[in-house]
Amino acid sequence: MINFRKFVVNTGWILLFLFTSVNFALASEKEHSEDSSNEEFDARSFILDHVKDSHEWHIATYTSHGEEKHLNVPLPVILYSNNSGLSIFMSSKLAHGHTYKGFKLEEEGEYAGKIVEITESEGEENILIPLDFSITKTVFGMFVSVIIVLWLFLSLAKSYRKSGVSEPKGLQAVLEPVVLFVRDDIAKLILGKDHYEKYLPYLLSAFFFIWINNILGLIPVFPFGANVTGNISVTLVLAVFTFIVTQISGKKQYWKHIVATPGVPFWLAPVMIPVEIISLFTKPFALMIRLFANIVAGHMSLLTFIGLIFIFKSIYVAPGSIFFVLFMYTIEILVGFLQAYIFTILSAVFIGQAIAEEH
Amino acid sequence: MDLVTPGIGLIFWQVIAFLVLLFVLKKYAWKPVLNAIKSREERIKGALASAEEAKEEMKKLKADNEVIIKEAKDERNKLLQEAREIKSQMIEDAKAQAGIESKKMIESAKLKIESEKDAAVSEIKKLVAVFSVDIAEKILKKELDDKKEQQALISSSLKDLKLN
Repeated sequence: MINFRKFVVNTGWILLFLFTSVNFALASEKEHSEDSSNEEFDARSFILDHVKDSHEWHIATYTSHGEEKHLNVPLPVILYSNNSGLSIFMSSKLAHGHTYKGFKLEEEGEYAGKIVEITESEGEENILIPLDFSITKTVFGMFVSVIIVLWLFLSLAKSYRKSGVSEPKGLQAVLEPVVLFVRDDIAKLILGKDHYEKYLPYLLSAFFFIWINNILGLIPVFPFGANVTGNISVTLVLAVFTFIVTQISGKKQYWKHIVATPGVPFWLAPVMIPVEIISLFTKPFALMIRLFANIVAGHMSLLTFIGLIFIFKSIYVAPGSIFFVLFMYTIEILVGFLQAYIFTILSAVFIGQAIAEEH
Repeated sequence: MDLVTPGIGLIFWQVIAFLVLLFVLKKYAWKPVLNAIKSREERIKGALASAEEAKEEMKKLKADNEVIIKEAKDERNKLLQEAREIKSQMIEDAKAQAGIESKKMIESAKLKIESEKDAAVSEIKKLVAVFSVDIAEKILKKELDDKKEQQALISSSLKDLKLN
């Protein structure tokens, strides 16, 4: 079992690495040649617009009466600025570069993609950046997945209440092995059977939040497909949660290790203490980057394969592209599970280090 | 929006959403789910243990049965042995008893014979006395008639007497 898992992990990584690098090479090459012909298909913005957050949910672009039209789902914009206080409105008010109540969605330049507030004082235009608490595409997608996770597990709990201790059926049969996997192969394995129960709710919640988001991110239909776990803010928050849990559970031994690392001469302390303190933060930082980069890379490679059709402007590329997209999809499903597993097990490892007793 | 720059709005919503998720799931999902799984596992463990116990019990019972059967067999053999002993003892006793009894009977028969004999002898004596008196009477009567004849009578009478 372990060998098999290792094998899958390794092959997954190798394939992922190979294909993303090949794709990037292809994509950048094509971009250059494209720059000369100008216009046409902009692969760079095609890919980045998909993986980045936005204030509206773009569904489709179509042409009617010779005019290009965008089918968008408007999302609420919530802004707070010192100048005008709190303002809430739908993002459709800002479409096509319109200015609403002095707010404008910048499309290029320094603040591209951000909402800015333009104020005039003494005939001069000042640009302010308000605090943006908008329900963006990512926030909306994240809410959707939170609702799905809640629905899944609340109904799971309900079915357990109903069926008692009889054998798992239906939803239970699907989710119970995964719950048991997190409990036995992550929490119990890393934290030991005396401590694992305390951290199990956090580990389970983090695992299923990440996993369900990874999976939903692969479904290209509204309201799914938002790049939630491939957003640095989301992974930052998750990593910070692990960091906080780790620090709160830190036992005497853990802090002693930081101020006086065993086996290191005392005169090295001025070097060791900063190093140890930095290492406190590099762990969650690595968690944040790992999840973000993996998911973004997956989305990017998928989009690159699709983009190839438009770059080559040939329908004959499509079968190959689709084959690779399907191939990547299966890998992404694996990676989605794997990254949830890696995030959770590393969180457990960090917590395990913090609660380790003197030995 | 930049790809690698965290945004305050998203962080804000993510913190809220994740905390809600964590607390709701912890209270209303993980607790009942994990408890149910745990109680099921314990039940299975208990069932397995009791099955094992029953097996052990069975084994013990079987062993006990064997012991009981063996004891019963021994008991039977002992009883048979005893019965045999008693039988031979009884035969022996009966034989001895019969010997004593027959001896006694012989003894008593002998005694009876003796007493019968004595009685007969005394009867004879009586008869002899009567005969003697008769003879004497006859002799006395004959003496009065003939001396010779008297003598012959006496001697013949005595001859008769001796026979008795």
